[in-house]
Amino acid sequence: MKERSNFLRRVLDWVIKIVATLSALFGIMILIWILFEVGRRGAQAMSFNFFTKLPTPPGVPGGGVANAIVGSLAMVALAGFISVPIGLLAGVYLSEFGKDTKFGSSVKFVISVMMGIPSIILGLFIYTLVVIPTKHFSGYAGALALALIMIPIIARTSEDMLTLVPNSLRESALALGAPRWKVIIQILFRSAKAGLITGVILAVARVSGETAPLLFTALNSPYWMRSLNQPTANLTMTIFNYAMSPYRDWQRIAWGASLLIVIVVLALNIFTRFILRESKR
Amino acid sequence: MAINYEKKIQREQWELKQASFSSHARLKKESRVFKEDPFFRYLSALCASFILVIMLGILIELYRHSHLSITTFGIKFIYTSAWDPVKKEFGALASIYGTLISTLIAMLIAVPLSLVISLFLTELAPPIITKPVGYAIELLAAIPSIIYGMWGLFVFAPFMSGYIQPALSNNLGFLPLFQGPPMGIGILTAGIILSFMILPFITAMMRDVFKMVPAVVKESAYGMGATTWEVTSKVTMRYGLSGLVGASFLGLGRAIGETMAVTFVIGNYRQISASLFSAGNTIASTLANEFAEATEPLYLSSLLQLGLILFLITIMIQALTQLWLIRIQKGIGKL
Repeated sequence: MKERSNFLRRVLDWVIKIVATLSALFGIMILIWILFEVGRRGAQAMSFNFFTKLPTPPGVPGGGVANAIVGSLAMVALAGFISVPIGLLAGVYLSEFGKDTKFGSSVKFVISVMMGIPSIILGLFIYTLVVIPTKHFSGYAGALALALIMIPIIARTSEDMLTLVPNSLRESALALGAPRWKVIIQILFRSAKAGLITGVILAVARVSGETAPLLFTALNSPYWMRSLNQPTANLTMTIFNYAMSPYRDWQRIAWGASLLIVIVVLALNIFTRFILRESKR
Repeated sequence: MAINYEKKIQREQWELKQASFSSHARLKKESRVFKEDPFFRYLSALCASFILVIMLGILIELYRHSHLSITTFGIKFIYTSAWDPVKKEFGALASIYGTLISTLIAMLIAVPLSLVISLFLTELAPPIITKPVGYAIELLAAIPSIIYGMWGLFVFAPFMSGYIQPALSNNLGFLPLFQGPPMGIGILTAGIILSFMILPFITAMMRDVFKMVPAVVKESAYGMGATTWEVTSKVTMRYGLSGLVGASFLGLGRAIGETMAVTFVIGNYRQISASLFSAGNTIASTLANEFAEATEPLYLSSLLQLGLILFLITIMIQALTQLWLIRIQKGIGKL
């Protein structure tokens, strides 16, 4: 090892310490900067009309994003209905049946890979699978694309949470003569409840801000949603279209929608913390 | 008489054995019906295999629909950059170049920054600061891509053109990298925004890697009179090197397919330019921008082939990362 004077070592140490502290400050500053700008510019768009009215052409005041709010809620809800049972059961399989099997570990591997697939690819997949055969964009296709993002997240978290349940609980229930499905539904689900709910909420938080998978599936629409079988208005696509437009009042509405999404996503994330803390008591 | 008696006992024993055997068998059979519960088992296995089916389905569907473009252009698609819907000539080079360069910039910024932030979180900061800072960085990860896009286009791009880019071209303008008009939007801005987006993921994982280093190892280095930086660079980082590499790969996989934030700030102009200030595009941003215009079958097929290329790149990165992480976990199990 090279000999260095004590003084130089100390100086280098202090430099690194200062750099590290400044970097952490920098990270927090970026977060505050983003939240501040979204809050400041978004608040200007917030009004009663924003939540209750349809979008208006550029230049006409009083437009809102009510249809997009409804459309986003409908698609996320449908995506949840599709993905929660599939993801949950896949998690059950991984933690209860296929734990040390080859099939189980390869599914686990694929889930990890799938969580890293860009969401725009999942949108393309649903485009080729649903939009091309039916020949039109639809809210159903959008919900399916969102569900594909949610499934691996829910499967992964529910597997983790079910694995945490102590084996003695499973064994005592089985010893009482309870069948396996009863043990899983009444004992495991109940004792891992907080963790399972957290996984679902995190998945919902993730997809409520997704835009890329909706580009080729749900598209957007300036009208109220009549059914999910047609192009469906949604918040994130509204942000994209309005932000790219040259009109000031449309850009302002895009900021309002951004603020709405940030509030929802951050609230869901903080809510999961709260659930986990309550369950630990 | 004695023989008879013995026979009787033998028979009784045999009968008893038979009875217990049959009841045991019955019990076993019943318990299999009730406890192993094939219906539930197969239902859950079906859901698990559904995930495999989706991944296979994506590959098949993307290949099927990009078949026209693959047969028309062949391997030329990857190394030419013509993109002319009128002349029906398509090549992916400019998009691939933009994807790689913006990801490279993001990694060059995010990896060292995450390293020192996680060093701060594990070694320097008192617990009262560690928790809120760690929490804030996790929230940074939760902010959706499109919000970074909005912020990047309306707030950060003007900041770049007003302050950062003039400073760079004044001081480092002799490099071709930093020449050209400071427009704000462009490959450099896209790379920086990407680095902000992957920073929290890499930091969170590097922090966990640092935390796994046994206290004894660090304390013995401190005990020999090493400074904090010496302990970090010579002990902690070497101990967790493979974990740090895994964390960086995780960030790489995220950055390469990021769509919305990049689409907002990269300028969406098809060119390969030495200057980082110039506008460019990525595979994902091309898809996001041009899909609505693509009515012609060959155009659509070329876009889907771009998607297929992106899918293959990310799958490769993700699979390598996961294999790497599994290897590390096995190594920890051995220790």
